[in-house]
Amino acid sequence: MKTQAAANYPLGVATRGKMLNRVGYAALYIILIILAVTQLLPLVWLMLFSLKNNQEVFNLPPFALPSQPHWENYMNVWTSGNIGRYFFNSVWITVISVALTVLLASFVTFAITRMRWKGSQLVLGLFMVGLMIPVHSTLIPLFSMFLKLHLTDTSLSIILSYVAFNLPTTMMILLGFYYALPREVEEAAVMDGCSVNRMFFRIVLPMTTPVMATTSIINMIYNWNEFIFVNTFISSDENKTLTVGVQNFIGQYTTDWGAIGATLMISILPILLVFLIMSDRIVEGIAAGSVKG
Amino acid sequence: MEKVMSNKLVIALYVLPSLLLLLAVIYVPIVLTGYYGLNQWNGIGSMTFVGLDNYQHLLTDSAFWQSAWHSLLLALFSGISLIGYLVIAMILSGKIKGANLLRKIYLIPMLLSSVAIAQLWLKMYHPTNGVFNSILASVGVHNPPEWLANPSLVLFALFIPIIWQYAGFYILIYYAGLKNIPETLMEAARIDGASAWQIATRIKLPLLREVINVTIILSIVGSLKYFDLIYVMTDGGPNGASEVMASYMYHQAFRSFDFGYGSATAFALLLICLIATWLIRKVTATSDTIQYS
Repeated sequence: MKTQAAANYPLGVATRGKMLNRVGYAALYIILIILAVTQLLPLVWLMLFSLKNNQEVFNLPPFALPSQPHWENYMNVWTSGNIGRYFFNSVWITVISVALTVLLASFVTFAITRMRWKGSQLVLGLFMVGLMIPVHSTLIPLFSMFLKLHLTDTSLSIILSYVAFNLPTTMMILLGFYYALPREVEEAAVMDGCSVNRMFFRIVLPMTTPVMATTSIINMIYNWNEFIFVNTFISSDENKTLTVGVQNFIGQYTTDWGAIGATLMISILPILLVFLIMSDRIVEGIAAGSVKG
Repeated sequence: MEKVMSNKLVIALYVLPSLLLLLAVIYVPIVLTGYYGLNQWNGIGSMTFVGLDNYQHLLTDSAFWQSAWHSLLLALFSGISLIGYLVIAMILSGKIKGANLLRKIYLIPMLLSSVAIAQLWLKMYHPTNGVFNSILASVGVHNPPEWLANPSLVLFALFIPIIWQYAGFYILIYYAGLKNIPETLMEAARIDGASAWQIATRIKLPLLREVINVTIILSIVGSLKYFDLIYVMTDGGPNGASEVMASYMYHQAFRSFDFGYGSATAFALLLICLIATWLIRKVTATSDTIQYS
């Protein structure tokens, strides 16, 4: 029996087994599909009501199409508020923070994995404990520190906070990659009289491009969506990012469903586009960040 | 080689910027939070040292313990839902066509900001035009529940979007872990006549143990410090029915301007997160790490 099963693998033992397998397979598939639909339906509904006017929202069934798409919802939202401004702030703050985080984390990871010095393990430990610190337990002193330094309501307070809090995760992902890098190249470089700086910028950094891209994407998602720092440190409208801006903006439109939908769509589209273009890398990056392969 | 790779100046240049930032933005504020907790302070004027008053008050503050209980419920709920994610990931990793596309679809909500998710689900729960109550009304339910205004339903109603947000993330981590298990092990088991159930429980689960430990820590600590979505959707209401530790701390500090008491709460939150991490590590500690031969 065993040998027969092995010989017939993967088709199962006999036709009865095959039938059962098929039914079981279909049932499992249905579970997976239901979950996929559940994950997408709220967003489909959002897209639909962002193109409806209030009358259509109140009178049509939730998943009915509007008679004609009201693109003017998007136009009104984009032109009437500061949403363009928030958008621009989110973009540049995200870009600067991500670049700084990845570069600084690469420096430290290189020094810890490649250079010999006392205290390197302690420093690594400090960064790794940082993974476990809730943002909220630093918020009040950070707020008063920035207040004293006249940094509240500046983008710098946000950038500094983002970089510090993202360094540990970024280093965690970089570490595995750095440990796996071949050392022969470096040894050869040292033999040829290459300085550490040159080695780092000319040889090591280019070799870590893939993992830098991965961590950049993860950082980008975090920073783009971050809420609590901006909500706490930033008070004037012109310095707000998209998340907090959207939150306040929507407050003005309590009853205009189309405008709210359009605002939300504008805030999530960039991330969805990035995901469409680079989904493989994002998926791989998120997995790499939590599973050391 | 030795000499080049232990150049003190280079090490200092590579490590110090990040280390100083880490200390300034994470470690110094943590110490300060503990210290502020020993004072009475409205955030602007001078501090009055009150010793352990705030911490004593915290121990008997029923509103805080209620919020801690809600955070704990969320943590239990998230922990239990991991079982479901694990099952889905198991199904997904077993030669399913389109697994790659499915796991990407599952992940989409994870990419959106908590603010956008919160605003979207506020609309989903809308008493008259929300998806749930529209559907309930269309099948003849006369008095559909007011999900977020009902103190006994509100926590459950908030758990759903939180699950929706994170499901894809955990499924992806488990899936990546399962894909890391060498196929030859499963082949060998099948040839020995092991059933799919046996392979899942006797081979895959033990090999996933490390990954499962990581996800338990991530989900439980993540739940204990959870804030964004609840803050935007219900702000802890109605009447404290959905207050969690982080939102309670935020209200004490940035709404009641009781920064001393807010700091004591923030410090308690930090301790609870660190103790939880330590406890989970202790409970899930493996004496033998499994090596793939």
